Amino acid sequence: MAVVRLRGQLEKLAGGREHRVDGDTVNDVLHALESELSALEGWILDERGVLRRHINVFVSSEPADPETPVGADDQVEILPAISGG
Amino acid sequence: MTELLVGTRKGLFVLDGEPGAKFEITGRHFEGQPVDYAMRDAATGRVLAAVTSPFYGPRIWYADELGDDWTAARGVALPKGGDEALKRIWVIAGADDGATVWAGGDPGVLFESRDGGATFALNEALWKHPSRPRWRPDSGGLSVHSIAPWPGVTQRIALGISAGGVMLSDDGGSSWHHGNDGIVPDYLPDEARATAVDLCVHHLERAPGRPERLFLQFHGGVYRSDDGGRSWTDIGAGLPDDFGFPVTVDPADPDSAFVIPVTTAERVVPGGRLLVWETRDAGATWTPRGDGLPERDAYVQVLRQAFDRAGAGADLELYFGASSGEVFGSGDGGATWFCAARRLPPIASVRTSRLT
Repeated sequence: MAVVRLRGQLEKLAGGREHRVDGDTVNDVLHALESELSALEGWILDERGVLRRHINVFVSSEPADPETPVGADDQVEILPAISGG
Repeated sequence: MTELLVGTRKGLFVLDGEPGAKFEITGRHFEGQPVDYAMRDAATGRVLAAVTSPFYGPRIWYADELGDDWTAARGVALPKGGDEALKRIWVIAGADDGATVWAGGDPGVLFESRDGGATFALNEALWKHPSRPRWRPDSGGLSVHSIAPWPGVTQRIALGISAGGVMLSDDGGSSWHHGNDGIVPDYLPDEARATAVDLCVHHLERAPGRPERLFLQFHGGVYRSDDGGRSWTDIGAGLPDDFGFPVTVDPADPDSAFVIPVTTAERVVPGGRLLVWETRDAGATWTPRGDGLPERDAYVQVLRQAFDRAGAGADLELYFGASSGEVFGSGDGGATWFCAARRLPPIASVRTSRLT
């Protein structure tokens, strides 16, 4: 199982920073995360199941997209993107 | 004391004061986040805020007292697995039964709550309305931005949609029908106007003392309805421009309405002179009210949710927030004005409550 690391508001909603989640891709992991932690529903993925535009995902420190493979030993970090004004 | 809930691009500001003097900022909430709308439900006292996080999407938050922790309302989302996602909540309106709350948003959606805004459900009849494919987003999106409940009758509701025109329900939202007769969309070819439903309503406001009367600021045109929104009469003659966004009324006088015109071309107040225009004869004549407002170099805009009132008749207070971050108020129904706040972030909404 990969380790998903959350920060800030997501960490607070999830009740903790690190969560072990199954999934072969980032998309799988994010869906599983929201499924297991209902407080996160809609915060990372929108109603279409699409990763919100200004959230970045890293797999073992490398920028990732929803199709990026995730291994059992990977760390998946979910972070707000550089944006705003 | 009068309370102003001011939604801005950088958070919610709570201002308290008495008409005639600068208001104090007594609270900030959702710092740094776009607060598109915030209101205190007159029936319950609950405060509800529409916040669009640039990261985590749109939500409605509520608190029974300012200073309490905010709770995210549940159910403010489109059906999972569909083709669309909720983009923004534009407006929240409470009925006078102390339980019903509506929220309108983009893409052309209405949510309804029966527990004061803690949980919402999508209004399916509007979501699946047969005319929806003919609605068109304007530059701000496809938004349900105006909700006009009928006082004492929660079954009767009028909505303003950009650009989906006026929608009316007589059965509490179980079904919807158009209320567009008489509205002329001059941005469409002549031949298309009669049957068009993509009408760009900018704001809709009901006269509480005569609920079958509504006033409407259109994308070019100011209108009045005397039949609950089924048909409309152009009352824009006499205004410097019939383009604008907000409308409010004096609840004591169903012949009253107040608008803040901006130029069609520039979308700022004409000539840099900030004026509120008032009618007291249902739109037959208009009078500018600007004593105390900037007389020159005020190239500002006032958005559709940023003009509100408290009280009525001789106690009517009016407040509006400008794109410049200033809040202006009047404690005498628009006769004289004062600056209630300066240097706030660009203002999206102003909602007013008179607190005892």
